[in-house]
Amino acid sequence: MPDTTPAKKALLEVDDVTIKFGGLTAMDSVSFQIREGEILGLIGPNGAGKTTCFNVMTGVYQATSGEVRLDGVSLAGRRRHKITQLGLARTFQNIRLFKSMTVLENVMVGADAHSKVGFFDALFRLPRHRRTEEEALAKAKGLLDLVGIKARHDELAANLSYGEQRRLEIARAMATGPKLLCLDEPAAGFNPAEKVQLMQLIKKVRDQGYTVLLIEHDMKLVMGVTDRIVVLEFGKKIAEGTPAEIRDNPAVIAAYLGVDEEDAS
Amino acid sequence: MDFGALFGSLDNFLSFTMGGLVFGAVYALIALGYTMVYGVLQLINFAHSEVFMYGTFAVAWMFIFLHGTESVTWSLGKAAPILVAALVGAMLLSAAIALLLERFAYRPLIRKGAPKLIALISAIGASFALAEAMGLRDRFADKLGLSDNLENYVAPGKARDVFSNPVTIQPKGLFEVGGYTVSDVDLVILAACFIMMIALDTFVRRTRFGRGIRAVAQDPETAALMGVNSGRVVQVTFLIGGLMAGAAATLYMMKIGSTRQNAGFILGVKAFTAAVMGGIGNLRGALVGGLLLGVMENWGSAVFGSEWKDVVAFVLLVLILLVRPSGILGESLGKARA
Amino acid sequence: MSAMSTTLSGIGRRWDGVVDRYNALPKPARLGLVILFAAFVYLLPLLRPPILTTNNIDFGGVMFSVAAFALVAVGLNIVIGYAGLLDLGYVGFYAVGAYTTGVLTTYHWHWPFFLALPLAIAVTMVTGVILGAPTLRVRGDYLAIVTLGFGEIIRITVKNVEWVGASAGIKDISHPNTIGAAPNPPFDRGGMFDVPRLQWDGIIPSLDRDHPTAVLAFGAVDAIPYYWVILTALILVLVGDRLVKSSRVGRAWEATREDEDAAELMGVPTFKYKLMAFALGAAIGGLSGAFYASGQGGYISPDSFPLLLSMLFVAAVIVGGSGNRWGAIVGGALVAYLPERFREFADYRLLFFGLALSVLAIWRPEGLLPPRRSRRAKAVEAEIEALEEGALEGSTHA
Repeated sequence: MPDTTPAKKALLEVDDVTIKFGGLTAMDSVSFQIREGEILGLIGPNGAGKTTCFNVMTGVYQATSGEVRLDGVSLAGRRRHKITQLGLARTFQNIRLFKSMTVLENVMVGADAHSKVGFFDALFRLPRHRRTEEEALAKAKGLLDLVGIKARHDELAANLSYGEQRRLEIARAMATGPKLLCLDEPAAGFNPAEKVQLMQLIKKVRDQGYTVLLIEHDMKLVMGVTDRIVVLEFGKKIAEGTPAEIRDNPAVIAAYLGVDEEDAS
Repeated sequence: MDFGALFGSLDNFLSFTMGGLVFGAVYALIALGYTMVYGVLQLINFAHSEVFMYGTFAVAWMFIFLHGTESVTWSLGKAAPILVAALVGAMLLSAAIALLLERFAYRPLIRKGAPKLIALISAIGASFALAEAMGLRDRFADKLGLSDNLENYVAPGKARDVFSNPVTIQPKGLFEVGGYTVSDVDLVILAACFIMMIALDTFVRRTRFGRGIRAVAQDPETAALMGVNSGRVVQVTFLIGGLMAGAAATLYMMKIGSTRQNAGFILGVKAFTAAVMGGIGNLRGALVGGLLLGVMENWGSAVFGSEWKDVVAFVLLVLILLVRPSGILGESLGKARA
Repeated sequence: MSAMSTTLSGIGRRWDGVVDRYNALPKPARLGLVILFAAFVYLLPLLRPPILTTNNIDFGGVMFSVAAFALVAVGLNIVIGYAGLLDLGYVGFYAVGAYTTGVLTTYHWHWPFFLALPLAIAVTMVTGVILGAPTLRVRGDYLAIVTLGFGEIIRITVKNVEWVGASAGIKDISHPNTIGAAPNPPFDRGGMFDVPRLQWDGIIPSLDRDHPTAVLAFGAVDAIPYYWVILTALILVLVGDRLVKSSRVGRAWEATREDEDAAELMGVPTFKYKLMAFALGAAIGGLSGAFYASGQGGYISPDSFPLLLSMLFVAAVIVGGSGNRWGAIVGGALVAYLPERFREFADYRLLFFGLALSVLAIWRPEGLLPPRRSRRAKAVEAEIEALEEGALEGSTHA
């Protein structure tokens, strides 16, 4: 793939981030950037610090040192819902939908992220309430259509199939109107056919103008869909580059095959 | 407000502190029940207050059974034999109630993996039902035609009133600390509390079963994989909580001498406060929290007047939750600190 | 046990049937039905239907407490049912509302009731915010204990503060102003006009002109006008509840209750919404308390607000079906009505509600009349389970 991306501006900057839990260093001076409009893959063997990295980006953890910036704005110390409102949305590895709400309502909760409607708007049904509600409804239906579960919009989230739930998670996150959409192992538990569909969906999402961060286990999926890849191991970044570069990177091969770096190189 | 009452003289200060410690010891023993169950199941065993309350009745009943209903005043020495029997009775009854609670109010929910709030509601319901059952014991006896035989125990028509131990234990002053005369009763209460605490602490830290409790507290799934019978651990946890509450009930009756069907409620909330103060799930925390709460509320009642004693305890709870929600010693039954 | 849960879910299904048939009607018919139903509820204490009517106690007074409890349950349902916050000290808010009304309308200020009412609501709401702001950040189960403590603090405080009457309480709290002619005791009740009530001989009704109710005359004799006022308040609150629930606010509550972390990460300021639910619930509790204070007796004391009342309120919401406003109303009505109707069992009511709480928590945590959707989810679950069982049986036979 021709490397045209550097021309684009960095949307998210992970700048020298270190996280320590007690004596354990979960992330050690990790830096990388996600550029506008790209699909970036974040990979690494189990325990490499992918989820930690993800959590520090979305404000679940605070970095011990270093900083994460979205569009130049530091995310440090911000409340989690503020980070979402700034334009960073995520899905969950272990699906966390609002199970006793309908599919449509799940997405509407996401769409409400930027809503200014308050208690009195709702109580007195002020014009703002109706307008916002209609917009949110239209947006939610559009997104359900995009991820392909529009027909199920009136169903309770708990009653969806596993694959549909994953799709709903993506739609819900997209409804918050993110600049950056972070997908945490969206293919977990999928069969090969479903994975292909997911790959198409991710590309479709990108083509809608979203920037995507993909954390994934499945190498084939990552190689097939991402523009660039960052590899973590033991909390450190060991490689960064296009899928082709990563495929041939000896350190990455070593990490994944469990071979000592010296032997591999 | 009268700070002079507390800080005016060293005598006053010491006397309020000593008085607080004695009550604190009772709180601490009740707090154990909350802390153990919370440590293992992350549930507030709301009905634990009733476990304690049944213990206080067991003490009074044992005295009625062995002595009769004639009101007398005895020294601690004279009452000691019956007290020991009462202790056993209270511990047994409290433990039985605790086990019943586990079996009927909690286990079905734990099995289902029900949300914590549902378990708490079940516990509240059970607490209600237990307290009311005690308050209606005369009616039940009546229905069963046992009123005549049990008259002394069920107090027909007065089941909801204060129920007193016929034997009043007269404390004997032993020595003075500041202006406070430490009595033999106080000493026994403090000593009993410490002995139980040390025994329990040792049990949890040193024995195989204690290891099982700690393992389940840390990670129930892994513990189960490693062959720990978590159902049994939960039962034992309730059992221990019940035994300690029975002991606390005996000490309480030694000091106070009377009880009623809603006596558990306030003490329960305070004991829970003590557990949270010390760090819920932490055995030593329960001791520290209990003693501290006893002392603080005694100081509070010296300054604000004794009618505000309970308010002081509740305000303390709120403050602790705000400032240090994990308590003074931190949470965790799982950690080796026990 | 299973028979019991079948009966319980039968209630839900039948209710669904009613709702479905209602929804299928054309709009004018629905409106007509609603008006008819409302009229029936308003007239209930005058109609005095047999079986339902309490014979030994003033039925109007019973209906007043039924409505007051229903109002409380609707308020608490916002806190427990919508936002998932277990508030065990709701009686505290009820007391704050009652005492604010009491203090404002008696010896200190002598305000008229309807002037004191908004202030009572506002004071209660502020109390809710003051209590909620620090405590809503702590874990859910701790909140239960903190609110429990709050309920007790309020009771002990009013008991010890001379300014609010201490243990003697407050007497002669003003009634709402009578609309129409002023009453001229002892014989002229005032009010706009008199309406007779029905009396029943078996199932034959006849007019009873000896016990008329003076419409909108608020005195010590007749509780029915109070019932009408609190019922109106209940209806207004219900309308507001419905509007707010079916908006962004309701969604935010529900999402927070379902999964607080996920909600927060989807941009829901969960703390703000929890506080909102808490304050709203408090305000409605205060509203109900204000009516209670200025009700027929016009007397409150610390003993009017025992902690047990909090537990009864919680029981009302849970028994009715947490999260469903109609369930809450049914629960509140049952909790207030049953002990009055079955006086001979009144002593056992706390025992009964305690057991009911435990039994429901274990066998039917969603209550008698849970929100429709959780019943729907349950039905699907049962279906899947049945299918799985069928498949299993099929394979063993094969």
